Amino acid sequence: MKAAATLLAAEGNSPIMPHMYELVVGVFAFLLVLVVVGKILTPRIQKTLNERTEAIEGGIKKAEDAQAEAQRTLEQYRAQLAEARQEAARLREEAREQGARIKAELREEAQEEARRLIQAAHAQIEADRQQAMAQLRGEIGRLSTELAGRIVGESLEDEARQRRVVDRFLEELEGTQAVH
Amino acid sequence: MSALTVLAADEFKAPGLELFDFPTLWAGAPFWLTKPVLLAVLSSLVVIAFCWSAFGNPKLVPRGMQNVGEYGYMFVRDQVARPFLGKDADRYMGLLLSLFFLVWIWNLMGVIPVLQFPVASHIAFPVVLALVVYGMKIYLGMKHQGALGYFKNMMFPPGLPKPIYFLLAPIEFLSNMIVAPFTHAVRLFANMFAGHIIIAFFSMVGFWFLFEKLTPLGAPVGVLGVLMTIAMTGFELFIQFLQAFLFALLAAMYIGGSLHAEH
Repeated sequence: MKAAATLLAAEGNSPIMPHMYELVVGVFAFLLVLVVVGKILTPRIQKTLNERTEAIEGGIKKAEDAQAEAQRTLEQYRAQLAEARQEAARLREEAREQGARIKAELREEAQEEARRLIQAAHAQIEADRQQAMAQLRGEIGRLSTELAGRIVGESLEDEARQRRVVDRFLEELEGTQAVH
Repeated sequence: MSALTVLAADEFKAPGLELFDFPTLWAGAPFWLTKPVLLAVLSSLVVIAFCWSAFGNPKLVPRGMQNVGEYGYMFVRDQVARPFLGKDADRYMGLLLSLFFLVWIWNLMGVIPVLQFPVASHIAFPVVLALVVYGMKIYLGMKHQGALGYFKNMMFPPGLPKPIYFLLAPIEFLSNMIVAPFTHAVRLFANMFAGHIIIAFFSMVGFWFLFEKLTPLGAPVGVLGVLMTIAMTGFELFIQFLQAFLFALLAAMYIGGSLHAEH
């Protein structure tokens, strides 16, 4: 009897006829999930996902900025380096020019000095010669006198020869003077 | 003492509609406090617990449950929301995520040992969800296309020869206003209903021929029943996921259709 009643009850409940209380429970169960998951939790994860996207994009942006900055610095260094090289070349050139100028000046000075020394030497030599000449003249006179005295003192047989000697001597003396 | 055991005494009887009838949880309990009701509420709590552990305190760098939850979120967003809602996807993610997770857990209750009852096989539960989506569909349609414009866009899509409308208008109205919500709920219900009967049938075969009436001829049938139960449970896991996905997908499609007149 009991079994038959259960069977009847089962057939009375069509599977496509919703139970009223299950509709109510269904609404409750769904609203519970919708409020907690849909209204509270979903915005949280959405916020986090957006933040993550921003963080990744920000990271990429930052890296790009850093790279650009590095590039700029590199360019700057290169420019400075080129400038420094140019400056160094210019200085070197200048130094070389200056060196050449100094060398030329020194050479000029040295040549001037040499010329001056030579001139002085020449003057000295001339003076010495003049002095020697004067001295020589005096000496010659004395020697001549002495020679003459000697000749006079010798035998007269050789008079003609002696005369010739004296003549030649005087001639030579004259000639030497004429050369000078 | 149920009808099943009485009849089981002499001959095998395939399980039927009685699978879906439950007495109150205990004698004297309120009439509405039955196993499906308990499982429906339990499912809500499971969904909430899971989502809270995943999204309660989300981190920029996800760990543990957040990874699992985000996987589910991405799936619903990329496969369900975005294809139908486009840039409005984020606004309806809360609804779609709730629908997807809740329906899936309802369905999963069908294969969890001891519980073993898919909540959605009681039609009241799919009906509630389908009605909510139906209400939203009409409300959003009238809000975004105007009360008249909504029905005009639905029944009189432009660019067709005039006589066609005599045929098309009633069909479109019927299809959108009556058939769509009905099939939305019934598709889920019928799949879970049938799946539950199939699993119950094969496990009953195994139980009957291996334990109740063990005979040399019947034993292989019983073994087949057990094997089929395992295979069908695996198949049912797939169907459960698929139906949850489909339910959320259709909801997104209906809402998307109301936000922008497609024709």
